[in-house]
Amino acid sequence: MIDRTELWTVVILLGIGSFFLRFVFLGVIGDRALPEWVLRHLRYTAVAVLPALVAPLVLWPAANGGEVEPARLTAAIVTIAVGVLTKHTFAAIAAGALTLAAMLTLLY
Amino acid sequence: MSTISKSAFWLGLRDGAPFVLVVGPFALLFGVVAADAGLNALEATAVSLAVIAGAAQFTAIGLLADHAPTFVALASALAVNLRMAMYSASLTPHLGAAPLWQRALAAYLTVDQSYALAMSTYPKHPDWETPQKMGYFLGTVTAICPFWYLLTIVGALVGNQIPPEFALDFALPITFLAMVAPMLKTRAHLAAALVAITLSLVLTWMPYNLGLMVAAIAGMMAGARVEMMTGGAK
Repeated sequence: MIDRTELWTVVILLGIGSFFLRFVFLGVIGDRALPEWVLRHLRYTAVAVLPALVAPLVLWPAANGGEVEPARLTAAIVTIAVGVLTKHTFAAIAAGALTLAAMLTLLY
Repeated sequence: MSTISKSAFWLGLRDGAPFVLVVGPFALLFGVVAADAGLNALEATAVSLAVIAGAAQFTAIGLLADHAPTFVALASALAVNLRMAMYSASLTPHLGAAPLWQRALAAYLTVDQSYALAMSTYPKHPDWETPQKMGYFLGTVTAICPFWYLLTIVGALVGNQIPPEFALDFALPITFLAMVAPMLKTRAHLAAALVAITLSLVLTWMPYNLGLMVAAIAGMMAGARVEMMTGGAK
């Protein structure tokens, strides 16, 4: 059982901290111009952060005890392939979800 | 409201609405995991309201349930959310001119989906000014965030009745990959993604998920470097 004081301390501080992280640049810098080299790096934020966040989840899913799991891995590959080819996020999600469901049914 | 474009808001709402299909299961899963860790529906919802960031919420609750020290749970969850600071910086050239209250609202509503949608849509509308960009951004989350809160409650109430075979855990990876794949338009984007992926896998041993930050920054540097070498962003 999680201690209640501990839980609420984390919830409140995590809420404040998360807002601060989201507000730090948007709120403080506002409409002051950022140097070109900074902008050049920021253009790649999304394509760097999101794949880095999910890569370990794809390769070593906790649901499978951190071991490679073929259904999830195949679904991830199909999602990327369809996304790159069609440029449609929802086509990619649908293809990935269907692949996952089909593979899980076939394998287990 | 005059400083927010209504037409762009509706466009954002339209683009963001389908994401409820994938955000929903993930919120449901968080509710289930929170209930598993002994949180009641109110407490689980408070976490979702305060944080609205699935990965950080899972990290915090997971560590607390594991009896990690308060500081470690907090620091790890904040490290997972460090990417929000990068999103904030990345949104600043687009939304920085908006009034402070709008920027504060947009900051609270900065989630992976709203950020990714904005970043893939803004380049398609070079004529958009701040009111359109802000309208679109707020539109994208108008459907997503209520579902995030609502399905957290449902998950916490339903608890463990959802069988693990549903693989709800994989809603997040599929969504994120599907959002990023269409953005991989240039060699620079590809380089950024590949470097970030490789380093995130190599650096999983780093504490507090800091490997993610190192991987992300290295990926951004790789993207910027390749852009310089190949000339131009597009």
